[in-house]
This record gives sequence, structure tokens and C-alpha cells, in this order.
Amino acid sequence: MKRKKKVSMFDVCNTIFMLLVLLIIVYPLYYAVIASFSEASAVASGKVIWKPIGFTLDSYKQVFSNEKIWIGYANTIYYTVCGTLFNLFLTIPTAYALSKKNLPYRNFIMTIFMITMYFGGGMVPNYLLVKNLGLLNTRTVLIILGGISVYNLIVTRTYFSTSISESLYEAADIDGAGEFQKFLSIAVPLAKPIIAVMVLYYAVGHWNSYFNALLYVSDKSLEPLQSVLRRILILNEDALNQALLTESLSADELLDAAKRSQLAYTMKYAVVFVASAPLLIAYPFVQKYFVKGVMIGAVKE
Amino acid sequence: MLPALIYIVIFNYGPMYGIIIAFKDYKPKLGYWGSEWVGLEHFRRFVTYPEFWKLIKNTLSISLYSLATFPCAVILALLINEIRNTRFKKTVQMVTYAPHFLSTVVMCGLVTMLVGREGLLGHLYGYFTGENQNLLAIPQFFSSIYVWSGKWQNVGWGTIIYLSALAGVSQELIDSARIDGASRLQVIRYVNVPCILPTIIIMFIMDTGSILSVGFEKIFLLQNALNMDTSRVIATYTYDIGLMGGQFSYSTAIGLFNNLVNIAMILIANKIAKKFSGIGIW
Repeated sequence: MKRKKKVSMFDVCNTIFMLLVLLIIVYPLYYAVIASFSEASAVASGKVIWKPIGFTLDSYKQVFSNEKIWIGYANTIYYTVCGTLFNLFLTIPTAYALSKKNLPYRNFIMTIFMITMYFGGGMVPNYLLVKNLGLLNTRTVLIILGGISVYNLIVTRTYFSTSISESLYEAADIDGAGEFQKFLSIAVPLAKPIIAVMVLYYAVGHWNSYFNALLYVSDKSLEPLQSVLRRILILNEDALNQALLTESLSADELLDAAKRSQLAYTMKYAVVFVASAPLLIAYPFVQKYFVKGVMIGAVKE
Repeated sequence: MLPALIYIVIFNYGPMYGIIIAFKDYKPKLGYWGSEWVGLEHFRRFVTYPEFWKLIKNTLSISLYSLATFPCAVILALLINEIRNTRFKKTVQMVTYAPHFLSTVVMCGLVTMLVGREGLLGHLYGYFTGENQNLLAIPQFFSSIYVWSGKWQNVGWGTIIYLSALAGVSQELIDSARIDGASRLQVIRYVNVPCILPTIIIMFIMDTGSILSVGFEKIFLLQNALNMDTSRVIATYTYDIGLMGGQFSYSTAIGLFNNLVNIAMILIANKIAKKFSGIGIW
């Protein structure tokens, strides 16, 4: 009897702790959402805590009328799709080849890949390389950089060598299939789960990356969404503020301007929401693939 | 496979070759070859740079702080593992993984707003001290903001690997411990933790390896003129002087220094771990 009570005590504490953790994780996101729907002045004075105050869609109107965000969105989708395809083209066949035990110099080749995980040229040599290749300010650079992640390569290779039985290949050998045929008609169809994992990993990487664009692209029409967001969220650049600086204002306009600068603040929350929504909405459906990726990676380690 | 090898040679080994400019006085006009050799001059310059120790101190204090919060994910995983109700467990997992998918920019934007003068934490600070403040403008808060926002984003994701290790703990072992009268906490302490210790050690070694390469992208975004005193780390310094200041050779030298220290750290951590527990990456 006594023991049972002790157990439930532990469960109660644990549940409370977990609820607390959930609250801490969810609240900032929830806050961003309610702030984006609230009256700007209420947010600025700290009154918005549990629910939106003075429900309004003004900040969203601002976001949707900002064409830079849409250009960024379109660019990001383009980079994500092309970049991910390029990643797959490099990763999947390589992982397949490296999973073959009879590949000549297999360990040596693997070492060549592994070294890059721990050692790299650093920022400036990378920059000079891109510059010398004439890739500065091109769309290509954002697609091909980060072409292969060695971590992902290892994960995929592990999958190939553990999940696809050797006897299948042997059967194909007897039927007279060549290496390419074996790859395309046996390995790829059976590797669909891991390919899905890779698509997700790489795509999220492309979607979220901003630093390559910062280093290598200065042309604003090529900027991905994250760069636009950085301007708005971090550097506080946006059309509203700039208008404030340049125009000389009458008293009425000044009042209007003050309102607008507060609006610029809630607009940022709206931007956060608009930019993260696609990933967060898709996330519950694809979560299991991500987790699978981590698990396969753990096998190797 | 050939395309990938060619790719890696160009884009990963190409820059490594470029490292030679760390030992030269690189002039774009003269190219990699034509530039004059200067030996270790750039390294000497970095070590004698007046702010050198401050850079090291900032870098180390941020990364050691992060390293100190390493057990968070382990503890969370152990506790999630104890949840009895499957649906609640799934919910906790799903929610705690979610922030991992926010981009660095969005994350930093959110942080900047929340700790800003008009933000929630700015108000909270005002509530206790009487004056709203932009917390990012206070240098001594920088490392805490950096580390804890990182935990918020990634602690859940970090539990996956431990949870999968915990799933492998034999139920018989747990049951027999229970029969011997061990409490739940004792089971965690004497059965679960030892069982997942190898995983913990390996993750710890990996973390140690990045001791000097603190999350550059994030620090870069959270940095501002007011917190520069504590937020300038080796990585952001290489960016400032290299790509902004155009001192290519000097910056490359610092980058190389940074990279070598990281490798040394991971080797040392690996060696120590091996000595005490027989577990290591290599």
C-alpha cells in the first residue's frame, strides 16, 4: 500500500513538471501568435498576456502587402526545391556505392568524406573560392553550397547496408543486372523511407539557411526569405520606418507615424508566424521521419 | 558517386588549400601563389592582439555555459521515459521537438522582441527593477540569453537519441530492481542511467569538440553595439575583420587556429572518456 502511494507521488510530480515544460515551450510561440493579432499599443505596453487584445488583422495586412516578403518566399521555394534535388543527386548514389563492401578503396574514400566533418577551410577561403568560380551573386551558389552533408551520407549509407538484404542483389546478379540497374530498380525503391528522411532534412536546411545568402548574395532580388526576415526582424529595416525618416511631417502625420511604428512592431510577430507556418503545419505529419533519421544516425554512433 | 567526390574536392578541399594564405600576405592581384610568404606572422599578431584574451574569454564562457547545461536533455529524456500515459508522452515529445524547426533568423527575431524594452521579458524585468530594459543591451545577460534560448529550441530534439537508447533498456532489469524494492528514482539512477551512459558520453564528446565554434549564426544575429563587450567571439571576429575588413590572410589564420583548437579538444575529450569508461568515438 505504502509503495503504491510513493509511485503515484512520483507520477504526479513528473506530470506537473512536464506540464511546466510544455508551458515554457509553447508559451513564447503562443505569445507571438496573440501579439500578431492584437492592437499594437496594447502589445507595446505589455497588456497582452493570455489572449489578443483589440483583435485586428492590421499586422497581417502589412505583411501581405509587403512584396519583399513574397519575393523572398518565391526565391526560398526555388532554392529549396532545386537545392534538395541537387543534394539527393549527390547523396543517394554515393551512399549506395559506399554501402558496397566490394567497392575498391572504400575506407579511404570514406575517410576523405569524414575529414570534412572536422576540418574545413574557414570563412575567407570559402568566400575566395566562390568568388574565383564567379559564383558571387548568382542563384547557383545558394543551390549548390552545402551540396552534401557527410552526416546525412553516413545515415543513408547505414540504411543501405543494414536494411537491404545482400541476397536481393545476388539474385539480380544472376538475372544479369548491371550496377546501375541494381541501384535504380532495387536499391532506390527499397530506400524510399530514408530518401524521405533526406528530403526533409535537406529541405529544412535550405528553408532555414540565411548565412550563405548573407555572404555570397547582395542582390536583393535574389534574396531568400530568411534574409528578408533578417532585415525586418533584426535590422529593423522596413518600408514604414524608412518613410518616417525621409518625409518631413505635420503634427497629424506624426501621430499617424507613431501609430505606424507601433504597428511595425506587431507586424514582426506576424512575420514570424507567416514565415514559420509552413514548417510548423507540416511538422506533425512528418515528425516520425525526422525522428527516424536521428535514430538511424544513432546506430552508427 | 563520382559527382559527390568531385564536389567535395572542389568545395571542401578547395578551401582547405586556400588555407595557405594564412601563412602569406594575400593580395587578390597576386593570387594564392604570387603572394609573399610571411610564416606565422598572422598568428603572432592574433595572439598579441590586445583583445585576444577577451575574445577567448567570451568564447569560452559562452561555450562552457552551454556545456554546463548539457544534462538538461538527459534529464528531460529520463523523465519523459517515465510518463505512463502514451498519449501524453507523445504530446510532450511532439511539442518539445517543434521549436527545433524554427529558423535561426526567426528564433533570434523572436528572442530580440521578447527581451526587448517592449517585449514580455523586458516588461518582467521592469516589474522587478522598476525600469523596462532591452535585456540584449545589458552585456552580462548575453550569455544567458544565448544559452537558454538555445536550450528552449533544442532540448527536446536532443532527447530523441536518449529516448531511443532508453527504449533499449531491458524491462527484466527494471522489473527485478522493482522487486528488490527500488523506488522509481532509484531505478532511474541505478538502471536507466548506467544503461544509456555510452550514449551520453559520446554526445558529450561531440559537444566538447565544438567548444570554440559556438553557434556563430545565432551570436551574429543577437549581437549589437551595446553587448559587443561580451558577445564578440572568435568566429564573429573572423567575419568582422575578414569579410567586412578585407584582411583575408589574418582572418584565415584565426579561423585555422580556431579549427585546430576544436580538433585538439575533441581528441582530448575522447582520450579522457576512453580512459575512464572505455567508450570513445574512435
